[in-house]
Amino acid sequence: MIIHPVARRILARLATSLVVVWGSITAAFLALHALPGRIEDILAGDLIYPGLREAIIAEWGLDRSLFAQYVDFVGRIAAGDFGLSYVLRQPVAQIVGSQIWPTVHLASAAGVLALILAGVAATLTAGRGRLARGLAAAVELTCASAPVFWIGILLLMLFSFTLRWFPVSGAQSWQALVLPAVALALPTAGLLAQVLREAMERALEQPFVVTVRARGLGEGLIRLRHVLRHAALPAVTLGGWLIGGLLGGAVITEKVFGRPGLGTVTLNAVLSHDVPVVLAVVLLAAFIHVAASTLLDIVYVVIDPRLRQQ
Amino acid sequence: MTAGTPLVDIEGLSVRFGADGPAVVHDVDLVVHPGECVALVGESGSGKSVTARSLINLAGPGARTTSRRLLIGGEDASRFDAARWRRLRGTFAGLVMQDALTSLDPLRTIGQEVAEVVVHHRLPVGRRRIGELVADTLARVGVPEPEVRARQYAHQLSGGLRQRALIASAIAGQPRLIIADEPTTALDATVQAQVIAVLKDRVREGAGLLLISHDLAVVAGIADRVHVMRAGRVVDAGPTAEVLARPRHPYTRQLIAAVPSPQARGSRLASARIAPDDAGGPIRILREPLPARPAVSDEVVLEARGLTKTYRHRGGRNATFTALEDVSFSIRAGEVVGLVGESGSGKSTCAKIVLGLLEPDRGSVRLLGEPWSGLSERARRPRRAKLQYIPQDALSSFDPRYRVKDIVGENLPGLDAAAGARRIGTLLEQVGLAPALAERHPRSLSGGQRQRVAIARALAAEPALVVCDEPVSALDVSIQAQVVDLIAELQAKLGTALLFISHDLGLVRHMADRLIVLKDGRIVEAGDAIGVFDAPAHTYTRSLIASLPAPLLAGPASPHPIGTRL
Repeated sequence: MIIHPVARRILARLATSLVVVWGSITAAFLALHALPGRIEDILAGDLIYPGLREAIIAEWGLDRSLFAQYVDFVGRIAAGDFGLSYVLRQPVAQIVGSQIWPTVHLASAAGVLALILAGVAATLTAGRGRLARGLAAAVELTCASAPVFWIGILLLMLFSFTLRWFPVSGAQSWQALVLPAVALALPTAGLLAQVLREAMERALEQPFVVTVRARGLGEGLIRLRHVLRHAALPAVTLGGWLIGGLLGGAVITEKVFGRPGLGTVTLNAVLSHDVPVVLAVVLLAAFIHVAASTLLDIVYVVIDPRLRQQ
Repeated sequence: MTAGTPLVDIEGLSVRFGADGPAVVHDVDLVVHPGECVALVGESGSGKSVTARSLINLAGPGARTTSRRLLIGGEDASRFDAARWRRLRGTFAGLVMQDALTSLDPLRTIGQEVAEVVVHHRLPVGRRRIGELVADTLARVGVPEPEVRARQYAHQLSGGLRQRALIASAIAGQPRLIIADEPTTALDATVQAQVIAVLKDRVREGAGLLLISHDLAVVAGIADRVHVMRAGRVVDAGPTAEVLARPRHPYTRQLIAAVPSPQARGSRLASARIAPDDAGGPIRILREPLPARPAVSDEVVLEARGLTKTYRHRGGRNATFTALEDVSFSIRAGEVVGLVGESGSGKSTCAKIVLGLLEPDRGSVRLLGEPWSGLSERARRPRRAKLQYIPQDALSSFDPRYRVKDIVGENLPGLDAAAGARRIGTLLEQVGLAPALAERHPRSLSGGQRQRVAIARALAAEPALVVCDEPVSALDVSIQAQVVDLIAELQAKLGTALLFISHDLGLVRHMADRLIVLKDGRIVEAGDAIGVFDAPAHTYTRSLIASLPAPLLAGPASPHPIGTRL
């Protein structure tokens, strides 16, 4: 059977991703067993009532061999079953599933916003005069170094308490999403803009830009049609790291703006030693990372035809 | 030459960068008519590219242009605003640059790149679709299977096809003027001839061609008129035949003499002077001879037997590519062996195997009578110093943090600081560099100086054999002559054997005692260098020799007058 080289590459990449996912599940299993104390005590969290230990042992099969437990663990996670939260007395999948969407909304809104802000800033300022670049660099550095919660509090003070344009907390309306998304996007945008601008300036030095100018294209088209795509390559490399940052930042942002979401779930789970939930969140974060880096590798090949062969 | 309005008619063009920077182009007059080719010739930094790009207002950021007359297509271009210049680019004038791999957007298909000028200016395409126009344009510049090529990317095409695609992208808007800036530099001789032919066709169709090159020999076959530029000024100008036959400026004479010719063998290229000739006949070149060479001994320095190397294509099953097949040769002490072939002929693979950087699949290499290939690197190390290397791009072969003295000193182990410094100073003087350069970083040196540092590094090890892999291909002709002279002189004095690899047949003829011609990984011809040139046996060798630019001076073959002192 003949498989297209690009398809073959993507399939190979997906296969390695599966191995990484399996590795992270194994790591979680080993970590659970490496913790000091008995597993049933750890899984029970702060909860004590008669019969609980026995129920946990029965459910997790803790009386069986370690290998049987491991096979069972991998199998259950592969089927999407993360077990029960004994603290909340609910299936973990249900807890995480109900709270994941506000976080996804926030992180993706912030991600898109950061991309747009960075793209516009870099396209407008790359290779321009010293003043424009200096100003942009200063703003970007401030954004990139400021903690999310600090930006969040500033935004709240200005737009919610003083101007009253946006609600202080909640997740009911789209207005409630604006301030958290901006707070979360700014540090990412600052970093991304710096990388993008530097890459654009390097691309603008390339001989093909002279060729394109000699075809009569104006500065804007040169940047949008030719240079931006070249600049996107190093930015994509940074992408996996930024997605991680967005997820981590979302947890804090949710707390500042009083939004429901994975942040609250995680925090509560950690505070009440609700290990099954913590385990699920850790695995989820690993899966998202793997998915993101797989996706970015494919994006690479889409952007740069030079990577498609060999 | 041709009646009608000149495409370019400028007088007194000066270009400076910044408000009070020095003029990089000074008082240049230039006229290009439809249907003629005008060449700007000079070394890098002579202002030829800036002059040409000023014609489409693309001399670079901060360029300030002044002129007494600046007529582009009969209109006063000094009044053009930015939008008017943009309308002119691509439609009135097309630009072809060096190296299509970087001059075409590598992330876009050939078709997209060729179509861009037409789509952007909304040029009339008649009843054809854009795709057909692209295919037609590619076909016009001799690209086979244009529909297939249009869907490919620059990196998927060979060097020659790429350069044709770049020309296609420049002429798709049917410009009346083509500006070609070093369009054939770094291309093999045969490909170079093909690209020049493509440009010639455009001139025959009525386009004006402004051709920029550092190599007078390249433009000689196509240009109607030549302007020789140096340090921003035109020092010599006129009809090509006249400039070549009676060069007025010493620099032009130098350029003419710098091209290796059959007569130049055994003499210094850069030493050439034009013989004073009162009769007004064709000029004669006098050159200083190189030092006498010791006789080649019978001792074999390097012996290659049946070298074969096959690469497997990744992805495809059983798809293999034979880079080298059954290649045998030997190099004796003090001998210069030339290895000639086009890109992809297996020259580089051969060099890597000789240098012990790559193991052959079959066959063996012996160095100084002992096995060399098939050994562990540890076993090779004691004899490494005996085998040195001069690369094409010296800069990338230097550790970027090293100074010149560190680079040369690396091949001088076991010397204390004072003795090392003395030896480095001597070596630098030997390669014609001031000892003070030892403290400099190579990136602050010129291309010619870097190449000299690479030579000093090779010499420091007192090698028995030096592999020179295209050692001057990246240099301007005039600098090339100086570096070639240096290599030849040191070879004669020290009696070091050389494996001289080049795609430039003229250069190999100048340097080599014996010649090996490689094609598709096989030796198609080998023998005494002069003999092969005078009576090539293989058709491929004949085609290589035929693609050499014609000698610039068609005078009687005058042997160099021995002992001339000038």
